[in-house]
Formats: sequence, C-alpha cells, structure tokens
Amino acid sequence: MNSTGIPILSWITFAPLIGAALVACAGKNSDRGVKVVAMAASLVSLALTLIVWHRFEPSAGLNFEERFDWIPFLNVQYRLGVDGLNVTMLLLTAIISPLAMLASWKQDRDPKLFFFLFLLLETGMFGVFTALNFFHWFIFWELGLIPMFFLIKIWGAEDRTYASFKFFIYTLAGSIGILLAMSFLFLATKTFDFIELRQLATDKQLLPAIAAMLERVNLPINPANFVSLLFWGTFLGLAIKVPIWPFHTWLPDAHTQAPTGGSMVLAAILLKMGVYGLLRIVLPIFPEQVTANINILLALSVASIVFGAFAALAQTDFKRLVAYSSVNHMGYATLGIFVTAAVTGPDSFNDKSAALNGAMLQMFNHGISAAALFFMVGVVYERTHTRNLAEYGGLRKIMPIYAGILGISMFSSLGLPGLNGFIGEFMVFKGAFPIALFWTSISTIGLVITGVFLLSMMQKVCFEKLNPKWKDLADMSGREIFIGAILLFFMFWLGVCPGVLINASNTAVTGLIHLFGK
Amino acid sequence: MEHLEHLAKQQWLIPALPLLAAAIQSLLPRSQRKLSAGLCLFAMGAACVIAVRAFLATLGHHGEGHEEVRAVANFTWFEYGTTTLAMGFILDPLTAGMAAMVTFVGFFIFLNATGYMHDDENFARFFCFLSLFAAAMLGLVVSNNLLMLFMCWELVGLCSYLLIGFWFHKPSAAAACKKAFITTRIGDVGFFLGILMLYWKTGTLNLYDGGNGALEQAGGLATVAGWWGLSAATTIAVLLFIGAMGKSAQFPLHVWLPDAMEGPTPVSALIHAATMVAAGVFMVGRMFALFAAGGTPEHPTFAMDMVLWVGCFTALFSASIAVAQFDIKRVLAYSTCSQLGLMMMSLGAGGYSAGQFHLLTHAFFKALLFLGSGCVIIGTHHEQDMRKMGGLKKYMPITFWCYLAGMLALSGVPPFAGFFSKDEVLLETFHRSKIAWGMATFAAFLTAFYMTRQMYMVFAGKWRGGDHGHGKTAGHGHGHGHHEPHEVPWNMWVPIAVLSVFAVFLGFAGTPLIGGNLFHHYLAPGEHADTEGAGLVMGISVAIGALGIFLGYLVYGRKPMQHADEPDPLAKMGGLFTALNRKWYVDEFYEATIIRLTMATGTFFRMFDKLVVDGILHGIVALTRAISQVFRWIGDELLINGGFDAGCEGVRASGGLLSKFQSGRVQNYFAFLGVGTILLLAAYFFISIQ
Amino acid sequence: MTIPLGHYLILAGVIFSIGLAGALTRKNAIIVLIAIELMFNAAILNLIAFWHYKQYAALTGQMFAVFAIGIAAAESAIGLALVIAIYRQSKTVDVDEIRSLKG
Repeated sequence: MNSTGIPILSWITFAPLIGAALVACAGKNSDRGVKVVAMAASLVSLALTLIVWHRFEPSAGLNFEERFDWIPFLNVQYRLGVDGLNVTMLLLTAIISPLAMLASWKQDRDPKLFFFLFLLLETGMFGVFTALNFFHWFIFWELGLIPMFFLIKIWGAEDRTYASFKFFIYTLAGSIGILLAMSFLFLATKTFDFIELRQLATDKQLLPAIAAMLERVNLPINPANFVSLLFWGTFLGLAIKVPIWPFHTWLPDAHTQAPTGGSMVLAAILLKMGVYGLLRIVLPIFPEQVTANINILLALSVASIVFGAFAALAQTDFKRLVAYSSVNHMGYATLGIFVTAAVTGPDSFNDKSAALNGAMLQMFNHGISAAALFFMVGVVYERTHTRNLAEYGGLRKIMPIYAGILGISMFSSLGLPGLNGFIGEFMVFKGAFPIALFWTSISTIGLVITGVFLLSMMQKVCFEKLNPKWKDLADMSGREIFIGAILLFFMFWLGVCPGVLINASNTAVTGLIHLFGK
Repeated sequence: MEHLEHLAKQQWLIPALPLLAAAIQSLLPRSQRKLSAGLCLFAMGAACVIAVRAFLATLGHHGEGHEEVRAVANFTWFEYGTTTLAMGFILDPLTAGMAAMVTFVGFFIFLNATGYMHDDENFARFFCFLSLFAAAMLGLVVSNNLLMLFMCWELVGLCSYLLIGFWFHKPSAAAACKKAFITTRIGDVGFFLGILMLYWKTGTLNLYDGGNGALEQAGGLATVAGWWGLSAATTIAVLLFIGAMGKSAQFPLHVWLPDAMEGPTPVSALIHAATMVAAGVFMVGRMFALFAAGGTPEHPTFAMDMVLWVGCFTALFSASIAVAQFDIKRVLAYSTCSQLGLMMMSLGAGGYSAGQFHLLTHAFFKALLFLGSGCVIIGTHHEQDMRKMGGLKKYMPITFWCYLAGMLALSGVPPFAGFFSKDEVLLETFHRSKIAWGMATFAAFLTAFYMTRQMYMVFAGKWRGGDHGHGKTAGHGHGHGHHEPHEVPWNMWVPIAVLSVFAVFLGFAGTPLIGGNLFHHYLAPGEHADTEGAGLVMGISVAIGALGIFLGYLVYGRKPMQHADEPDPLAKMGGLFTALNRKWYVDEFYEATIIRLTMATGTFFRMFDKLVVDGILHGIVALTRAISQVFRWIGDELLINGGFDAGCEGVRASGGLLSKFQSGRVQNYFAFLGVGTILLLAAYFFISIQ
Repeated sequence: MTIPLGHYLILAGVIFSIGLAGALTRKNAIIVLIAIELMFNAAILNLIAFWHYKQYAALTGQMFAVFAIGIAAAESAIGLALVIAIYRQSKTVDVDEIRSLKG
C-alpha cells in the first residue's frame, strides 16, 4: 500500500472537472484564458498521474485505494484504486488528453464550450479507469458519452448529426445491457463493488446468490441461463464500445465526423474503456461464461481483425480508413483477452500471460498510434478541407516533416518492429497461437491486409505527383510538430522498452489468468 | 574461446554504430550533405573494422579441431508471466563472414553512392536511410535470436521500402516500394507463424543458449508432430522458408525485386543484390539445423526438398526472363533472382557452405555489376535502356574493365570468383538430384548468355544514344556534347575497382584446388565435402559457360546493334521472346487474380458494413420509429393529447370565467375580501353555535 | 374609575368601519391608503386593550402592537412609493382608472 496522504486518484479524476467549472465561469472574450485553464487542468491530472505511475507498486495489488461509504442504504461505496489493469490506461488518458487539447488549440468556434466539454470528457474517462464500484463507474461511463456527443454534433464535419446520434444512441443502448446486468447482480449480491463481485465469482458464490434472488422474486428461470444472459448483456454493452465486429459501424462514422481532438480521444481512450471493461468486469465476474462461449468470442475478434482490415482497404476517405484500422487493431486486443479463458493445460500459463500482457500493450500502443494517425489526418484536413484520398498526392514534396511523422505513425500502426505496435501484436499472437491455433492463423491475414491499406494510404497521400492544388501548403507548425514529437517519442520508447508497461501489468494479468484454472 | 566470448559481447556495436549515425542524420537539416554522408561512411567503416576483427578471431579459432566455433551473448529483453523474453548476439563463422562482407561491400557502395546521388536534393536523407539499413542488416546478421532477426528483417524491409521509393514523385517508384513491402510481408506472415510455432514448441527464441537454444533442440523437434503430417521441425522450417522466399525473391514471390530497380542504383547494389535479398539465404543457413533435422542425405526432409526445388525453379525461371530484358538494371535484377535461387538450391541440396560461399562471392560481383551499371547510367546521363547505349568501352574504360570482371565472375568463367562458388553449388546439387543439377546448369548457360548479350549491347558497337537519336554522335566523336557519355568521378570508380579485385580472387577461398576448400572448413568444420564427380561437374560447367558466351557472341557480338530501335535478334523467336520480355506474365496473372480478389474482398466488406450491418441497424431504428409512430398516433395524439387538450380547454374556460372577477379595481378586491371575511365569520359562528 | 373593555372594542370597531368604508369607497389612492392605516390602528387598539385587560403580566401584546405599528409604517411607505410610481406612469391617483390588474 502506498498512500500519498491525499486522495490522489480523486484529484486526478476531478481536476478536469474543476477546470471545467472555471472554464464555465469565464467571460465572453477570454478564449485564450479558457484554453490555458483547460490545459492547466489537464496538466495537473497528468502530473498527478505521473506521480501515481512512478510510485505504483505492481505487486501491491490495489494502489492508492480510496474507499468510503457513499450511499449506505444501497451499499454503494466510493471506491477508487489502481492496479495493473488500469494504471497504463490512466497514463494513456493523462498523456493523450492534453495532446488532444493542444491539437484543438486553433478551435475558434465557441472555444469556451468546446474546452468545457473536453474537460468533462476527461473527467469521465479518468473516472471510468479509476472507479472500482459499478455505481459511479457507470456514471462516469455515461459522462464520457455526453460531451463526446456534443463535440461531434457541434464541431463535426458534414454528416455530424447522423454520426453523433448513431454514436450516442448505439453506445447508450449498449450501456443499458450493462446497467441491467449489474442491477441484477446487485439484487443478488447486495454489492456493486467490482472487487467484491470478482471475489464472489471466484468463490463460486455468484450462481447460488443469483438462484436465491430468482427464488425471491419468483422468476422461473434457470439461474445458469440467467447468468449467461447477464454476461451477454454486459458483453454487448462493452462490445459496442470496443468495438467488436459487427457492432463497429458507429465507429467509422463517429471518428470521421468528429473534430480532430475528438477523434484522437475517441480512438485512443474511449475504445479502451470497452476493452478495460472486458478486463475489469467480464473476465473476473463471468469467467465460466467466457469460457463457455470462447469460440464465438474468438471468432468475433478474428472477424474484427480480418473484416476490419478488408473494409479499411476499400475506403476512399483518409479518416475513415484510419478508423477502420482501429477496428482491426482492437481485434488483436480482444483476441488476446479472450484467449485467456480457453481451457488448457497448466503449461500454457505463460502463453496466456503473453496474450493478456500483449493485449494490455496493444491497448496502450493503439492509443498512441491511433491518436497520432488521427492527428495527422487532422493536420492535413485543416489545410486542404478534404479527406478524399484521391485528392492528395505528393505531399511529401512540400511537407517533408509531415510525411516523416505520418510515415512513422503509419509504420507504428502497421506493427513494424522497433516501433510500439509490433511487440503487442507479437505477444498476443505468441500467446494465442498455441491455444487457438485456427483463429490465430486466420487472423494473420489481417497482418498483410493492414500493410496493404496503410501503404496504399501513404502512397496516395504523400507519394507520386504533387496535386498542383496543394502546392502552397505549409508544413507542420511548431505546435503540431510538438504533438507529433511526443507521440513519436512513445512509439520509439515503447518499441524498444515494452518491459516498462509489462512490468506494470504483469501481476494483475497473472491474477486474471489464475481465475481460469492453473 | 574466451576471446570469442568477449568479442560476442561487443557484437552489438556493429549494428549500433550505423544506428547511431542514422539517428543523428535523421535530425540533420537537408543542407548538411557532407556531414550526413561522412557520418554514414564513418559508421560503416568503424563497423567494418569491428566486424573484420571478429572475423579474424573466428578464423584464428578455425583448425582447433572439430568443435564448432561459436560464442553468444544473451540478455533479457523483458519479463512476462513467470518467464522472460531473451535475446542475444552471436559470433560464429556464418555471422562473422556475413558481417564482414556486409560492412565491407556496404562501405564501398556508400562511397559510390556519394557520386551517384551527387545531384539529388535529398542527399542527406538518402544517407540517413542507408545508415538505418546498414544497422538493420547488421542487426539481422549478428542476432542470436529469431525474434530479433525477424525484427531486423522487417526493418531492412522498411529501409528497402524507403529507398525504393526514394524518388517518390515517380508513380512507378511509389508503386514499386509498396509492392516490395507487401510482397515480402506476405512471406513474412509465414516467417511469423514459424517463429510462433518455434517459440511454442521450444519455449525460447534464442538460437543457441548453452544447450537450451531453439536450434539446439532441433533434433527433438524432429520427433514432434507438426502440421500437414510433417514433423514440427519441418513445419517450422517450411514456414520460415516462406519468409525467406519473400525476402530472397524466390518464385512465386519474386515479382517485387525487378520493380525494386526503381530505386537509386547504389540501393539496388546494396539491398537488392548484395545484402538484403541474401538475408533469406542467410536465414535459411542460420536455421539450417532445423531444416535438416530429421532427415538424412538419402531421405532429406520436405523442407529441404522445398528449398531445393523452389530455388532450382527460380534459378531457371528468372534466368530465362533476364535474357529478354532491355533495361540494364532489370537484367541484373533477374540475374540476382536466379543466383539467389542457386544459393537456395544449394542449401536445399545440403550444401550449406557452398550456398553461403556463393552468397559471399555473389555479393561482391553482383554489387560490382550493379555499381558498374550505376556508373553506366551516370555516364550516359540517366539512360537505362541498353538499346540506347553501345560503344561505352571507348568512353568509360575503367568501368568497362571492372564490369567485365564482374560479368566473367557471374558467367562462371574460371578462375573468377563466381566460377568456384557456382561450381560448388552445382556439385552439391549433382549429388542430390540430377534433374535439379540439369536445370541449374541450363540456368548457368543462360546466365553466361545474357551477360554476354549485355556486355555487347552496352559496351560494344557504337554509341546509339544522343540528342537526336542515332547517328549524330558518331559523327561528332569528341564534341563533348552534353549527351556524350563520360567516365565517372573517382568516388564512383574506386569502389568498383576494389570490388572487381574480389570478384577476381575471392573464389580461391573456396576452391577445392587449393588446400581442400578453406571456406568449407571454416564454415562447417568436421563435415567432409563430397568431391565425387567434381571433375565432371566442373568440366561441364566450364563448357556450358563457354558455350553461353560463344552463343552470346554469335548473336550479339558479330553484328552489333546499329540503331536503338532495331529489334532484338532473339525477337525472331516470336511469342516466346515476348513472353520472356513480359516476364512470363506473372504480374499480369497476379493483377488479374490475387490483387483483384483482395480489392474485391475489401469492397465487399465495405459494402457489407454499409448495407448489411448498417442496414440491420437502420432497420432496427426504423422499426423503433415505426413503433413510436404508432404510439404517437394512438397513444399520444388520440388519447393523451386529446384528453389533455380537452382538460386544457376546461381550465381555460373556467379561467375566463374567473377572470371576470379580476376587474382591476382594487376596491372591488377589497369588497370581496370584506364579504369573504364576513362569510367566514358567519360560518364560524354558525358552526360554533351548533 | 375604569373604562370597561367593551368600550375600547366598540371604539376599535367604529374606527375599523370608518377605515373600511373609506377604503372601499374613496377614489383617491392616498385616501385609500390612509383608510387602510385606520383599519390597522383599530386592530392595534384591540390588541392593546386585550393585553391590558387579559394578559397584563406578559409583554406579548405590547410587543405585538409595536411590531404591527412598525409594519404599518413600512407598508404605508411602500404604498406611498407605489402610488407615486403609478402616478408617474399614468398621471393619476384615481383607483378606478388604474385597471392594469385586470385579468
């Protein structure tokens, strides 16, 4: 236990909210002040997160735990804590949020509202990753949704209304499943606490509790089937967020229409909330259901990888292509996660830990490289006001720095060794291969197709003849290079030293694997 | 051995130096041309010194008996679960020879590149990519770990991509670099699966690790079942070989290499002749234990057979295409494919040291030929079509003599380097399979033929290029017109001169004539080369080489081409020549099948998302809306709104009535107040009386 | 001699009636205000009278009366202010002509 004396996780979570309040109080002509305040608030969170990261003790279980009764008659506790599952996500959120704000620095249309919503969103994201009680976890989960809706609706591109409603309603519909499932679990167990629920599931007391609950309310349903239902409800809600094929079609629309900063956050962090939910809720609380349905889950993951890649191949819209690459990349993460639940012999422990560690890496790495790619799309969109790949061409000639950063980001996304994307994919494959030979082998098709569409994208944007329309485009500004440089730094650093992240996640991941037998 | 251990710990320096140079170069501004090139050359030179030192050290150990000369330095990359992912560096004859060759040849190619790229605006960037390539290639060579090897393998692919696409504004270059990367990546998927399987079956990816390394367990793997009814070792070997096929441009993944000639010529020399394409051969050699595990010379494993036949077929196939090409670099490119095929074939036949030896000699003379063609291209002001050359012997004598050395080496004329190494390869194949040997010998014949053709077209006859087509320059012999060919500057011819020395003499390191094949003993101590039939094979290959050159002379030498638009003498063959010229229509075939299929699949899934997935979604939305419309009309509009509206009307009417009392006159209100009070009092009294 | 309670009550009743009549019938808003003051005073008189005859020991009645006087003062001040405001608006203090409260 390493307490800092102050409720540091709460501060991380609510610093952006305080910033949002300050922003809301700002006067009419204080656009610059608003931006500075917003940035300051998110830098406070970043600084505190770095402290947490620095002092984080992987072997100590829950670090920086905060716990007190909140709504006693519902047995709701306000409980925060970090362990190996969420500490990397916390770091990712803290890094990407200020960068996304910086990317939106030139947002001149109602910046006050924009940054207010952005800070609200940041609180929501931090809240989801720190909360250990379903009650406020869910509040934050929805809190992340609303600002994003407005960000897309107000500052989006031409189809923003369709995209924002699709995003909002789809995700909301999904969260109903989670809400219902958790409510039933609460009825049965009288707790909303993730850790306690996990303990109950581990001790095999969940099913009897559910049975007793059904008895009480006179529902003539087989308890096992009922738990399955709860599992699917939760899974559906999270799968939409991840997104897992075929629940992914909101994503290309939302990503494409969102403003640059919004796309960055959406791809880098919001998707991870879904995957994190799988790790925090689905695997620990419904282990048997995951195992029972493993083939469906693996098939869906592989479908995300392969179909996502193929769909990306046929896109003509720069941003849409990058969005589909997210579907593809999240597929690797879910593949690594679901493989953990497979029934195997004791000697596959290290394979499972490779897969799950790989999934954790993949989450972080995708956060970095997807943010970078969306940012790069935004940079060129700001200058050309088109996302049509056919209209670019030869930009490397006039924008060499842009081409360089885009190239590195692209190769990071493609999984080039030496950059961050590779090792996550390798670990997932390493772990999944012996356990799910068939599915893993199929998903290697995705590796090739990813290469094809990303390189085609590069060719269309940066290579060949310069489109004379763009001959006066300016290369990236200092601010933009700064954002790119930070993201590049992480790409190189994690590409060479992935151990930094694995050390943090390994203990927690190992614990998860033990849920599925030795 | 202690000395070796010590040196193995320093192996990381060999790739690290160019990597450091690349890192610095990447931050240099464009204008720092000299510094960039200098850094690149310096790093390569320093790496060369280290590599040669290590090479000499391994040489020093050679002859101490039959033990294998090998030292490794392993380290942990990171930990996961309860285990670690280890990596390591290795120093053994294979690595040492390869590293020395790469650094040495690389250094001279870099030097040549300073001349070739002299006028390019992105000169500094070019050398940054070259340094990065050198780092990755050397990392691949010194790696004792298959994952690390794979990582560097991908990185050389990246550099190849960057360098082929260096003139990115040319659509052909942009397409070629993409094609190269993707084609090799298809092979890499096989490689990747092989790595996964090896890791799974052995629990380590370190090749040598004091008895626990993956290769040291190869024997055990041969007894474990893998896929397709093969043993695990063979399955892994086959998968790895698919990767090697991509990288070393073996049929059917060879299509990228000729297109890669879009890159600057030093790049072609370095990456697509001497080093990167040879990485596939090197890797097969490195993993040779796995390929051979479970087989005997009489009954080799399927993996060995696959290597043999793929190599053999590629050798013949590519050589045939090379005969009908007109681009000076494409001839060499197909020749490279063909020679790589020979190396693979040798490995597949069990001739481990012969294959590696041919790799080394080929690296020298093919780099020489490519650099020579680069000199020709510069000397003729960026002309690549051999039909528009001719008579260059007069204008570029140094280049001519060096090129001649390379050509003779490649054609297998004794005593040039290529003769001995190719002869070894053919001998090994002869022992294994007479058919393969026959095919390879025919390929050797074609090689001699097309190289002679090239020599005559480029250097003999008269200059066919020039301002206004043919004829003019002949009349103005020494007019120093702008389009007159000229000899290249020193920094371009010195490298080819140095390389040609090796092209002439390197073969003696591996000849059975002197001291019983030094190279073989160095690389594979303890194994005795089977020299049965050596005389026969050697005789035939000399004869066939001579025949090829003679035929080439007959067709192209006796009556040199006069005009650039003259048809090729071989065009008389009609359809066959066209088919050869069009590379057996392989590209067209891929275009029509695989590429179209992939694109169609992409479109399918795009439309699937749009129509089916979103269709279902929109269907649900429409259904919800329809239901809500029903509720709206029946429930809301009729009942609730109707009832509500009626209620509202009532309220409004009564309000109107009541508002009559609101006369606006304060005193009326007072009066109501008074009357009300009195009524209340009255009621009070009335009730209290009761 | 003492005056009995009934006299006070009758007096108060008379004053109240005068006030009520004034408030209901006069047209001048200021007169109406004065009439209302009269009714107030009648009520205060009642309070003091009841205190004096029934609850002499306690201070409640007196307190109440003082408060009522204070409130009456405040009320008349507000009333006058309103009248002035209305006058400024409509140039009249005739309550029959001020009909803006009409519903």
